[in-house]
Amino acid sequence: MSRKKSKRMIEGSDWTLEGLELADAEIARVARSYGLDCYRHQLEIITAEQMMDAYAAIGMPVYYHHWSFGKHFLETDSRYKRGQMGLAYEIVINSDPCIAYLMEENTMAMQALVIAHAAYGHNSFFKGNHLFKQWTSADAIIDYLVFARNYLSDCEERYGIEAVEQLLDACHALSNLGVDRYKRAPPLSLVKEKLRQQERAEYLQAQVNELWKTLPQRENVAAPVSEKRFPEEPEENLLYFVEKHAPLLEPWQREVVRIVRKIGQYFYPQRQTQVMNEGWATYWHYTLLNTLYDEGRVSDGAMLEILQSHTNVVYQPPYNSNWYSGINPYALGFALWRDIRRISEAPDDEDRSWFPDLAGKDWRENFEFAMHNFKDESFIAQFLSPRLMREFRLFSVLDDDSQSRLRVDAIHDERGYRELRQKLAEQYNLGNSDPNIQVWNVDVHGDRSLTLRHFVHQRRPLSAQHEAVLEHLARLWGFAVRLEQQDASGKVRLLAEKKTEKRRQGGI
Amino acid sequence: MTVRIVDRRQDSRNKSSVNRGRFLRRFKGQIRKAVADAIARRGIRDLENGEKIGIPAGDISEPQFHHGRGGMRDTVHPGNDRFSTGDQIERPSGGGAGQGKGKASKDGEGLDDFVFTLTRDEFLDIFFEELALPNLVKRQLARIDEYKRVRAGYTQTGVPTNISIVRTMRGAAGRRIAIGGPYSRELRQLQAELESVLDEVPANEDEVRRLQHEIEVLKAKRQAIPFVDPFDLRFSNRIRVPQPSTQAVMFCVMDVSGSMDEAKKQMAKRFFMLLYLFLNRNYEKIEVVFIRHHTAAEEVDEDAFFHSRETGGTIVSSALKLLRDVIVARYASSLWNIYVAQASDGDNWNEDSPVCRELLSESILPLVQYFAYVEITDGEPQNLWEEYSKLQAGRDGLFAIQRIAQAGDIYPVFRELFRRRMT
Repeated sequence: MSRKKSKRMIEGSDWTLEGLELADAEIARVARSYGLDCYRHQLEIITAEQMMDAYAAIGMPVYYHHWSFGKHFLETDSRYKRGQMGLAYEIVINSDPCIAYLMEENTMAMQALVIAHAAYGHNSFFKGNHLFKQWTSADAIIDYLVFARNYLSDCEERYGIEAVEQLLDACHALSNLGVDRYKRAPPLSLVKEKLRQQERAEYLQAQVNELWKTLPQRENVAAPVSEKRFPEEPEENLLYFVEKHAPLLEPWQREVVRIVRKIGQYFYPQRQTQVMNEGWATYWHYTLLNTLYDEGRVSDGAMLEILQSHTNVVYQPPYNSNWYSGINPYALGFALWRDIRRISEAPDDEDRSWFPDLAGKDWRENFEFAMHNFKDESFIAQFLSPRLMREFRLFSVLDDDSQSRLRVDAIHDERGYRELRQKLAEQYNLGNSDPNIQVWNVDVHGDRSLTLRHFVHQRRPLSAQHEAVLEHLARLWGFAVRLEQQDASGKVRLLAEKKTEKRRQGGI
Repeated sequence: MTVRIVDRRQDSRNKSSVNRGRFLRRFKGQIRKAVADAIARRGIRDLENGEKIGIPAGDISEPQFHHGRGGMRDTVHPGNDRFSTGDQIERPSGGGAGQGKGKASKDGEGLDDFVFTLTRDEFLDIFFEELALPNLVKRQLARIDEYKRVRAGYTQTGVPTNISIVRTMRGAAGRRIAIGGPYSRELRQLQAELESVLDEVPANEDEVRRLQHEIEVLKAKRQAIPFVDPFDLRFSNRIRVPQPSTQAVMFCVMDVSGSMDEAKKQMAKRFFMLLYLFLNRNYEKIEVVFIRHHTAAEEVDEDAFFHSRETGGTIVSSALKLLRDVIVARYASSLWNIYVAQASDGDNWNEDSPVCRELLSESILPLVQYFAYVEITDGEPQNLWEEYSKLQAGRDGLFAIQRIAQAGDIYPVFRELFRRRMT
């Protein structure tokens, strides 16, 4: 529905601030017409160097200092300079207002693409998806990161850079097991954090002291108390357990453990929704810009550039290609969302039998439902259609180290659809890809040693790094730390043990 | 509602520099080793450029609990072009069934090095860290080109940024008291008078009016005293005080005789190149005198020293004589910190070595702060080494001799010679 002489929103290849404003306004108008619900957003223009800085800090504008970020920076820097990698066109921060970075090197068409992708696509996903709603507080994250950075630099001043660095190393080593997978984390808030931090430090110390009270027990209290394990239920969140129960940590060290844990928790939903989230954002930049093109607001040339870059992003190389490195989350996600729309608008018989709840319903409602209530694992398990499996020509390979050869156990055919779909969904289950290691027992009445237990899944062993991680844990815990392995038959064996005698060293 | 667009391009660029610094600090040991290796490889001309450094990736890995290889694993791949259910496939060699992640585990032997580029400054910082010229003690004021700004009380003139608020206000308060004091005293008297007049039963109206008028006038006068007068302004004063500075000269004495083959000369030149870089980088004012010798010694400039190819027989004492003469003529040892670095293959004319020793012990060592001799040979110590060894006793920290057998020794020897010592 072109009006008189509708003005083009993209003129030439160079971007201008006015051009960006106009493009954003146009995209906003179309997004509203589709009913996208977003946080306010802010566009920030940065250079390639700044983009690399942002990379190093996992995209966050503020972050505490640590050598590992320097390492990532040097890595990115040297790969970028040698031309081995390009930089992402955009980074978007799940905060309120949502911040989208635009690189200055981008052309105007690319900027429009990035705005649609990040400021409307990702943004609405952050606002709508239940995991983000539940686990992250967009309005508080920046404040919390500022708090964390200041707190850590205070600690560095007070206790020395090295002490803090060692502590952070140890926390980072455990950070992938430092999230609550099933419980809700209380929201973060700078003001509350600050107010409570002191109080918490004192209280925690008191708690710990209570737990480790070593007054001799009266003789007549019988020994079998030790039958009871502590913790009574295995604890999956290692960092949480360390923060609350490690006997020798100082209050500031507990706070640092907490900071690493909280930030890790904040990023957890992003790991859980990669396919959905990227697919969603890709779907929306594609749809919004195509709508604008249909209205005549985007020139042919600009649209061609946008489509070329879009096509690159959603390209899925086959398994035997040199470029193949697993399934491209953009490709899979984009295809899934597009397929949901197709099923809603033009279902065939197969779709009707597989997706009776979606077929023929309003596609926007289906979209909202899917976006709000799923994560990658369940999203794929729910919405991967046979047609999509055929399009991707998916097949599943079983690699069993007790067999000499690999076996194809399902392909995209009538027999394989359900198995294939379930296998692919499993692949996105973080619970399976991270080893299942839990705090099993603390010898409260004996040598205070901490025992972890690795519950083996499908006979997969731990990588050799576990020794190094255990060393870090032992440093945090202050006493001996053991790692046991329990296999499928319930047999338990000791995998590794680290002893420390920390009391003399004074501090971690 | 228009969108907020922030142009961050002018913001600080090096947000990561702290983290980068932390990384370098943390792995200093490995990096220094890599730097030393790099130096051994380099040509003379690009000795001071930045460097691509590789350190073992295993050392800097961040360990986490991960699954290792093995067990049962289902992987879904796209692009099926030949398989149907139940097909058996040979396990592809290297990397399990199309492992998506390219992450090598720590136990894997063939881990690539972690490669990154150091800037020139970072490179040289690491390179020359903890090195210093020994005994740099003679300070004098002959050449004043270093000043220090020190506080020197207050002045009445200056630029606004230097205003000392406290001093100014203190002066103003004093002035107000000094000028206002008499008024206040008079005011108190008049007020007392006024009260006594008012106390009289028939109050004298005229008197009251006069007193009240006078009180008003006085109050106005007191009011008119300025709170701060330009007269009160005081400015912090800073003056420049000359700083005693050290003067130092380094003599580089190199043997270019025929017995020094091309490889040895290269090593000697590298050694002096390092020394020269080090001096230029760490000491602002230092003079370097280049002396090269075969049978005769001559003082040359930097370029000739490092790049010319002259050669001949060997008489080491010629260089030492020239060295002594230059010191006497130009560098009075009361004012100068004098250093000498000598490099030779030690293959001297036999009669000459005792002469060298004598020259050193009698006329050179008493004048200098530090004398370092480097013998470049991969075989037995030569006669010069033997003679020089006799001088070592009792001269710790003044006279040092070291041997370099191959290019890889240059840097360690250099570090050993110029290690920062406790003073």
